[in-house]
Amino acid sequence: MTAAGSIAAGVVGTPAVNIAIFAFFVLATLIIAVSAAGQNRTATDYYAGGRAFTGPQNGIAIGGDYLSAASFLGIAGIIALNGYDGFLYSIGFLVGWLLVLLLVAGPLRNTGRYTTADVLDLRLKATPVRAAAAVSTLTVSLFYLLAQMAGAGSLVSLLLGVRSSQGQDLTLAVVGLLMIFYVLVGGMKGTTWVQIVKAVLLLTCAAVTTFWVMARAGFSLSALLRHAAAASPAGQAVLGPGLLYGVNTVSKFNFISLSLALVLGVAGLPHVLMRLYTVPNAREARRSVVWTISLVGLFYLFTLVLGYGAMWLVGASQIEAAPGKDNSAVPLLAYNLGGTLLLGIVAAVAFATILAVVAGLTITASASFAHDVYSGVLRRGEADPGQEVRVARVTAVVIGTVAVIGGIYAKDVDVAFLVALAFAIAASANLPSILYSLFWPRFTARGALWSIYGGLISSVGLIIFSPVVSGHPSAAGGAVPSLIGDPHINFAFFPLDNPGIVSIPLAFFLGWLGSVTDLHPVDPARFARMQVRALTGVGAERSSRS
Amino acid sequence: MSLTQSERGNVSGYEVVHASREFRTLRRHLGSFVVPAIVLFLGWYFLYVILAAFAPGFMRITVAGEVNIGLCFGALQFVSTFVITIVYRRWARRRLDPQADRLRQRLEVGRKH
Repeated sequence: MTAAGSIAAGVVGTPAVNIAIFAFFVLATLIIAVSAAGQNRTATDYYAGGRAFTGPQNGIAIGGDYLSAASFLGIAGIIALNGYDGFLYSIGFLVGWLLVLLLVAGPLRNTGRYTTADVLDLRLKATPVRAAAAVSTLTVSLFYLLAQMAGAGSLVSLLLGVRSSQGQDLTLAVVGLLMIFYVLVGGMKGTTWVQIVKAVLLLTCAAVTTFWVMARAGFSLSALLRHAAAASPAGQAVLGPGLLYGVNTVSKFNFISLSLALVLGVAGLPHVLMRLYTVPNAREARRSVVWTISLVGLFYLFTLVLGYGAMWLVGASQIEAAPGKDNSAVPLLAYNLGGTLLLGIVAAVAFATILAVVAGLTITASASFAHDVYSGVLRRGEADPGQEVRVARVTAVVIGTVAVIGGIYAKDVDVAFLVALAFAIAASANLPSILYSLFWPRFTARGALWSIYGGLISSVGLIIFSPVVSGHPSAAGGAVPSLIGDPHINFAFFPLDNPGIVSIPLAFFLGWLGSVTDLHPVDPARFARMQVRALTGVGAERSSRS
Repeated sequence: MSLTQSERGNVSGYEVVHASREFRTLRRHLGSFVVPAIVLFLGWYFLYVILAAFAPGFMRITVAGEVNIGLCFGALQFVSTFVITIVYRRWARRRLDPQADRLRQRLEVGRKH
């Protein structure tokens, strides 16, 4: 069967080969998770892998946690269809890491145990703040999970030839079961090793494919760009900014809003921040981030070549016609280059990527619920640690189930775009309170509550009343398909797809306002303790190995 | 929020350190690197974002072959990120860590007494 013929049939490659490669990868990661798990008895083992990972190991694992289907499939897909504007995602996703490196990594490791709520609690000692931090962690993680499940859905439908709706839902359920298994059996240790292996596989796979594309273009970036522009219906326009976000003023502000959310969102992502607790001290946390930045930066350079490569070798019309649309650009490119085998490998790596990320998200969300909500709020910090871990395991099962159901509804939305919404919520609800509690002496519990809930409600609210959810009459610039397809049901009061430009400054403002109008006196001793611990590492949680 | 008596005793030790000259020097050193670095990279990033949004014509000016200013600018964002990371790592190891270590050791010794 020719490539075009098989794509028209909705399947690429030979499903049997794809399934065999998938099964091999899944089996391999399961073995890793089980054998790495060891003893997961204490809460520190389950949540933080005993804090025994080295900086480089953790840095690679963070890369594995962070480089999700959004990065691999989503960004390359956006570049393949819209050219340069997809590159803007890569840059925001990378540059945001500097904030983690410079402000957050060391101090956070020094002042928390398992979750970011621990940090706020050390500073403010207020149960409602812990509850608020848990609510925002859970919301961000669920949004992110939804994006990953959407990616899994489209990938599977493309590669396994599962086209019936029930079949796709069934495969999503399998993804959910696998991720629950990793987390229950492997805990943080098992999850970390799955992420490390996945990061290495992903980077290798992207490097090989990039090399292949460049070889086709005679190792000339200019030639690649020329071919890509020639193959695209938009022509030369794909080489510069504006195709997606330059249509009108609204779309330009949309783009600025997105950029703000990306660069400020990284330092508020709970599943990334939680990984900082898996190393022995702040220095290793910093080393982790240095490794992550190198890895992630390299990877995003590859996505540029992959995206333009798909534009050239696959072509926009084939990508648009494939199930999963932009998310399938990279798998189609792999098929074009290396036939069934490379396609199978690329797809399996993408699948492993999704599994590793969903496992990381699940463990974060379950830790947040068990440690912050169950133990911190319901039991006022007096829960038995064993019981807390049991609650975490039950939560993991619940979250897995919720993610599967959500994924069924979000199958056709671009993954990178959904992830960008999660970034906007993270930057609004999490980042201001983290920064204020580390660096601002006058921050109070009221300020924290205003900032967290204000950021959370405004970002989620604006998304609901945006063209993303509401039906809308015609496609504005940078538009994505909305959840409600009927253009007559229009409640898009907010014109932008991404809420960041409003909700992030608002959350910072509310944190300030809530604090300065708070009549409770600020206790300077708490801030003193916070800052001394954050900067020197006194009293930081120790590794179980030392 | 008031502190319990035992917490108060524990916390006031931190207040002494927090007010000490060594700690203030450490904090000033950290700030003198981190604040300009953040201003620099965020300014640089938003300059890029605003040019991409409002000056697409400028970004399309070709530099070599099909490679235009937009691509070079984007690549330079990668370069600046890598450079800040490397410089910060070296600086933190040489300047920041020894100071933080000295303070921590003093505090930990003080706690045992």
